[in-house]
Amino acid sequence: MTMDFQYTILIPILLFFSFVYNILWGRTRSPKIAGLISTTTILIAAVLSYYTAYQYFFNVGLVNGSYEKIIAFKMVWLHFSDTLVVDMGILLDPISIMMLVVVTTISSMVHIYSFGYMHGDDGFARFYAFLSLFSFSMLGLVVSSNIFQMYIFWELVGVSSFLLIGYYYQKPSAVAAAKKAFIVTRFADLGFLVGILLISYVTGSLDFAVLTDPNGPVMLQGASLGFMGLSVMTWALILIFIGGAGKSAMFPFHIWLPDAMEGPTPVSALIHAATMVVAGVYLVARLFPLFHIAAPNAQYVVLAVGGFTSLFAAVIAITQIDIKRVLAFSTLSQLGYMMAALGASGYGAEEGIGYTASMWHLFTHAMFKALLFLGAGSIIHAVHSNNMTDMGGLRKYMPITHITFLIGTLAIAGIPPFAGFFSKDEILVALHQSSHFWYWVEVITAGLTAFYMFRLYFNVFWGENRHYHHKPHESSLSMTFPLMFLAFMAIVSGGFFMFDFGAFISSNLVPYDIHIHWDIAGLSIFVALIGISLAAMLYLKPSGISTKMATALGPVYKATYNKFYFDEIYLFVTHKIIFNLIARPSAWFDRHVVDGFMNMLAWITNFVSGSIKGLQSGQLQHYAMSFVSGAVALALFFLYFMTR
Amino acid sequence: MDILSLLIVVPVLTILAIAFTKNYKQVRVIAAIGTGIQLFQSFNLVWQYLQERAAGNTAIMVFTKSYIWFEKFNIKYDIGVDGISVALIALTGIIVTAGVYASWGVKEQAKEFFIWLLLLATGVFGFFIAIDLFTMFVFYEIAVIPMYLLIGVWGSGKKEYSAMKLTLMLMGASAILLVAIIGLYIYSNPQGGPLTWNILELANVTMPIEMQRIFFPMAFVGFGALGALFPFHTWSPDGHASAPTAVSMLHAGVLMKLGGYGALRIAVGLMPEAAQEQAWFFMILTAFGAVYGAFGAIMQTDLKYINAYSSVSHLAMILFAILMFNATAMNGAVLQMISHGFITALFFSLIGMIYGRTHTRDIYKMGGLMKVMPILAGTYMVASFASLGLPGFSAFVAEMTIFVGAFQHPDLFHRVATILVASSIVVTAVYILRAAGILLMGPIKNDEFKSLGDALWYEKVTLIVLIGSITVMGMAPLWLSDMIMKSLTPMLQGFVTL
Repeated sequence: MTMDFQYTILIPILLFFSFVYNILWGRTRSPKIAGLISTTTILIAAVLSYYTAYQYFFNVGLVNGSYEKIIAFKMVWLHFSDTLVVDMGILLDPISIMMLVVVTTISSMVHIYSFGYMHGDDGFARFYAFLSLFSFSMLGLVVSSNIFQMYIFWELVGVSSFLLIGYYYQKPSAVAAAKKAFIVTRFADLGFLVGILLISYVTGSLDFAVLTDPNGPVMLQGASLGFMGLSVMTWALILIFIGGAGKSAMFPFHIWLPDAMEGPTPVSALIHAATMVVAGVYLVARLFPLFHIAAPNAQYVVLAVGGFTSLFAAVIAITQIDIKRVLAFSTLSQLGYMMAALGASGYGAEEGIGYTASMWHLFTHAMFKALLFLGAGSIIHAVHSNNMTDMGGLRKYMPITHITFLIGTLAIAGIPPFAGFFSKDEILVALHQSSHFWYWVEVITAGLTAFYMFRLYFNVFWGENRHYHHKPHESSLSMTFPLMFLAFMAIVSGGFFMFDFGAFISSNLVPYDIHIHWDIAGLSIFVALIGISLAAMLYLKPSGISTKMATALGPVYKATYNKFYFDEIYLFVTHKIIFNLIARPSAWFDRHVVDGFMNMLAWITNFVSGSIKGLQSGQLQHYAMSFVSGAVALALFFLYFMTR
Repeated sequence: MDILSLLIVVPVLTILAIAFTKNYKQVRVIAAIGTGIQLFQSFNLVWQYLQERAAGNTAIMVFTKSYIWFEKFNIKYDIGVDGISVALIALTGIIVTAGVYASWGVKEQAKEFFIWLLLLATGVFGFFIAIDLFTMFVFYEIAVIPMYLLIGVWGSGKKEYSAMKLTLMLMGASAILLVAIIGLYIYSNPQGGPLTWNILELANVTMPIEMQRIFFPMAFVGFGALGALFPFHTWSPDGHASAPTAVSMLHAGVLMKLGGYGALRIAVGLMPEAAQEQAWFFMILTAFGAVYGAFGAIMQTDLKYINAYSSVSHLAMILFAILMFNATAMNGAVLQMISHGFITALFFSLIGMIYGRTHTRDIYKMGGLMKVMPILAGTYMVASFASLGLPGFSAFVAEMTIFVGAFQHPDLFHRVATILVASSIVVTAVYILRAAGILLMGPIKNDEFKSLGDALWYEKVTLIVLIGSITVMGMAPLWLSDMIMKSLTPMLQGFVTL
């Protein structure tokens, strides 16, 4: 049965109008109106997305055994040349529909939550305007039918992220964090752009339909052209992956994400945990056939970077004290899992389990990580501090936050029957099939994850009872409702789909059955339990063991706590090298050498004219004198020649 | 009166009307009316042009008229427009209008100020409609001369020095240019017979390659110096820093585009063989200039210097794209002329407005302005995003067209140079956000600034006109891009790819 999906254009358009209205007129109206407009539009978008998902999966369903890619809408935006065309379109396929659901769900929850969290803030309307802008851009990104369209929205989510990180613009640290996030990702986006340029040059197309057709001519193009031992297509995809790594904060571009926690907590939940940061993963998934078939080397890079980042970030997360930063590093680590799964995946139904697992983990992670962040926001709202050293024993004061946070923690730790267990298990299965080395890395990471998450949980909700200036109390319903909803999702999105996620999403659009591999799952549960027990030993009751261990480890602890000094390295490169060795000298060179040369020309002209201007003194005697001597000289001259 | 000549007549009539006014209030009202009519005419021209094309007129130039001006040398008042000049005329109309509202507060010698300003505009309009090289050159000079007075009299800082420097360098460049133009004229008829200055006729003649080798660099540098070609750009930072607001807007927004337009239509368009031979050299200069200008901007503390160096970087992309001999890249060059015109005019008008309140342009002396003047600061933020090439704004369209076009070149050297130029967008982000961060965000540094007011009505007119143009072009670029592209095709057909 064919379906007309043209109405889906409304999803981004509505949000765009909400943004325009709020940014232009929001300030002058009551803040509530701005909030209501944004929230209503995102809820409508969510309903439309669910409806689309229902129609797509159950009404249109399979055609000849596989899902179709449907172009619901398409218009030409710009002609570069006859073949290189930028379309604005809406591409509906399983992953884009899944993303529609994820983005609108999380975004709706964050909108509702912010009513409570941002209550009374000066920039309430501005906040909601930017949320709408972000949702618009993110939805535009996921439905892109053209790689250039994706790049356009890619940049727009980047700027929304900038605006929201720097929301408290009077705070210098927030401004610095916003700038850092923008510039680091912009640098990575240059890779994306050059990658697009290479692709456009090699294939002569920007259309995803052409680029990802596994049987199309694109798969072979650029294979013959080589550069430094790798084909041009490999280079192009590595460059595009750099763009994805920047957005998804993969090592070594990870440095912006922890700082991005300067933004309001609902923003961290929406942008820097659940949706925008998965754009890099989504990009690789979107181009997956190209990665797997045309450039296996580039796919290996994805695996290695993803795998390394997940371990690296997990190690750092153990030592952090700011609860939002612990969560930020855990986001990095989980994104690493998703990337690694894509890197390890094959193409096909069962062979492509990594692909399915990655998307599944994207889905479940969005739910439980948004839950954890919003929970953290609820805690921060009550305690007025980000540091877990200022917290303890909060379970008594905030029962809903406590229970929902525990559900989120269990989900991320990979304990059945919570969502994270299922998706993580499939990732480990995919890695087990592809590379034992990265499999073990991720098993270890799973243990670390359980440890640092329960360290956080015990420290905040158990541990020492603090003396609080104001007695902490549970947040209002607008904040607890999203927590409960997301907790519900964190339970069902794994178990509910238990053997079904493959029925919706697979690398070649052909559905298949997913099974739990108890040998692998058993090990990962075991590792997670070890992590939890260790954390319980150290942090459930106040004990000095952890401090002693930190002192005993000395420099190792310090290096980890300081995130292995990557921020310092970047500062050194930007300020010492780029600013002092390139920018300052070029400014100096321009003023003194280039301009100096021009001024010297002027000076010489001036000097010469100054030296000879004495000849025109305006005094008659001088003129007469010159005239007479000239005449005499001429006379002598002519006489001399005439008489020869 | 034909539709094109009216574009010169209206500003001249406005100037005459201003000459009879009694006080500054009358002056600005008349200036606003005159430029309003001019703006309408510019848009009408675009409309008429599109109608003409839709009706099937495929001539290279439309609305052509020709009057003999100086018979002995066959100098004619030859006018005509194609998609490129029409687009730039619309740009000029918009910037001039915005400039008049930005100068609403000028009270000292307002009459003379507006007269010179409109004379400058007349020159620019004349330049874009002329297709006779000599007439074009005359209009070019009409546009450049008022600059000296406008900066020297109404400017700030070391204005005499800057005005002198700007005028001398541009005069030097136009002297070289004049030689090239005369060269084109002399070799316009190798078979003997009457010589011509007409661009259309010149396009059909192939100048001997030996001569092209001499005259092409002269024409390219002559126009390039006006378009801030490295290393002939140094007049621009000082000139902009000293110029009054509207003059900076017009100068950076429009006048500097004469350089790119001339380089495209005359230097490359009429001497393509030598251009292709020597492109590599100028490509190095322009690619270097794009990155160098951006790095130069990082360490500046004066808002106008930041913007001037930023212009050096963005204008280098125009000249770079012109040398690509590729319809897409050249299209990008024209789009960048228009886009940069809007954005830089917006920046300079904002800087003028901020300076008018704080009496400083040093970013370190300001801070937290967002709290004090949300509209001006918010607009500055939008301008910043536009300038760093964010989608939804015009610069993105222009820069991407340049990069994609230039990258299609089969030669590896061209593609590597393109990547170098593209890398400047990262540096751009650094200096733009640095400046915006210090200026607009953070705590309010100076308590005196807490009582400053936000944008006034005429300032809002300027801002709305410019932001509107930037976003319309950024969101719906197709019609503009296609209009320009169609006019580039006949030009490119004349080129033989080496």
